[in-house]
Amino acid sequence: MSLRNTLRAFPTLLRIGFADAVAYRAEMLVWVLSTTMPLVMLALWTTVARDAPVGRYGESQFVAYFLATFIVRQLTGCWVFWEMNFEVRNGTLAIRLLRPIHPLWSYAAGALAAMPMRIIVSLPMAIIALLVLGSRGVTHDPVLWVFWASSIAGAWLITLLVNFIVGCASFFADSSLRLMDAWLILFFVLSGYLIPIDLFPRSVRAVIDWLPFRFQIGLPVELMTGAHSRSAALRLLLEQWSWAAIGIGATAWTWRRGVERFAAYGG
Amino acid sequence: MSALRYLRLLGVQLRASLLVGMQYRADFLLDGFVEVFWMATAMVPLLVVYRAREQVGHWTFGEALVVLGWFTFLQGVLEGAINPSLAAVVDHIRKGTLDLVLIKPADAQFLVSTSRFQPWRSVNVMTALFIFVWAFVRLGRTPSAVAIGAATLMMVAAVTVLYSLWILTVSSAFYVVRIDNLTHLFSAIFDAARWPVDVFRGIVRVAFTFVIPLALMTTYPAQALLGTLRPTTLAFAIAGAAATFAISRAVWRLSIARYTSAGG
Repeated sequence: MSLRNTLRAFPTLLRIGFADAVAYRAEMLVWVLSTTMPLVMLALWTTVARDAPVGRYGESQFVAYFLATFIVRQLTGCWVFWEMNFEVRNGTLAIRLLRPIHPLWSYAAGALAAMPMRIIVSLPMAIIALLVLGSRGVTHDPVLWVFWASSIAGAWLITLLVNFIVGCASFFADSSLRLMDAWLILFFVLSGYLIPIDLFPRSVRAVIDWLPFRFQIGLPVELMTGAHSRSAALRLLLEQWSWAAIGIGATAWTWRRGVERFAAYGG
Repeated sequence: MSALRYLRLLGVQLRASLLVGMQYRADFLLDGFVEVFWMATAMVPLLVVYRAREQVGHWTFGEALVVLGWFTFLQGVLEGAINPSLAAVVDHIRKGTLDLVLIKPADAQFLVSTSRFQPWRSVNVMTALFIFVWAFVRLGRTPSAVAIGAATLMMVAAVTVLYSLWILTVSSAFYVVRIDNLTHLFSAIFDAARWPVDVFRGIVRVAFTFVIPLALMTTYPAQALLGTLRPTTLAFAIAGAAATFAISRAVWRLSIARYTSAGG
């Protein structure tokens, strides 16, 4: 399982993953349809803001915010957990363990390979956003766009690592679907997915600032819509990547502890 | 094929579900926590919106709470009785094990619809009652007997529509195999029902009233309970629910005729 072997195998893994994403187009479509929540929230919040702005959000700010949210979710979403949970329970993870490459790398390759399809899906929404809002809704600072790209990578990585960690939890409890549900609920409410986080009362904000959720959706969206200055953005990016680093450590630890318990029952 | 026999069958299916539910103990216990937790967080968007406004789309906070109460109740029905079986059927179709259901001497639709329940979701019903009480305390009045009667009728219509939509979704799995995440789609769309339909405008509102009748599921029952639902709307809703049920039953029969038992 040397690093060189992994690197050599990675392009092939990506190709397989891409073929997989193309083969199950219907599944992809269903997944996209099930992430239309930002559009519902868009309809809701624009009604609320019709008469007067809420916080710093008027109608067009809400439109920009939630269209950006839709795009960010497409680009950073990940369903590795369901695959892992299924394979641990059915014992088919054994097949991955036999291959001369670390299973986590092969999962990661699968997740990464779905990216081109996801970009294709989010393109129409980006075009609609540009048509509706002109370029007013998004930031004009090229440096912030570089930061944005980096925050997307960070958000994707954090989401992937959470999938890994909760996936490893199924080594201990046989099935960790509920744990994922609990995480998702917190994620929906606290990440800025349903409610822009600056609309929360100050006391809740203080808690959110100390949690990883806002770095999964909120940060990239805010960077895209130009809510932060360069220095504030840089500080937030550092915080985001610190969470990613913590995630890598936690993933390595839970995987090592967990895989020892794997008994390959079933398959 | 008597009704009594089907009732007994339902009892057996419920007991089996309870056993399956307790099979993964950590999941089962977490289920209870997640349930309570979910209720609490479901309130957050409503609280944040009504912190900014007194009224949204002519609905006050108390009235919106009634809608949330119905949403919580129906979510319990959806996640407790409908979604788990849906996942099971999609799995059956993909693996070809639906044969084992079809050869049993009972109606296949009945069997797949009652194949799996999530016992914890009954907590939702309690929570819904609690939310109703809270809402009417805030509104400072009690619903009339007529309103409660109308609301009960609407509830039956709402559950019927929800179930029929589910049968339609399952039927699509016969044509497009391997759509594991159908349950996610179903929950995601249903989630919009937590808001009164008047909150939405234009095409979204038309879609939520006629295409995916979320209005019928939570807004109308809430209006019925508040005593503001017009009798004609009630009549149309019940007729619509009956029609949806008949259509879904017909589509299910058509789809099952197409089933060719892959794998096996």
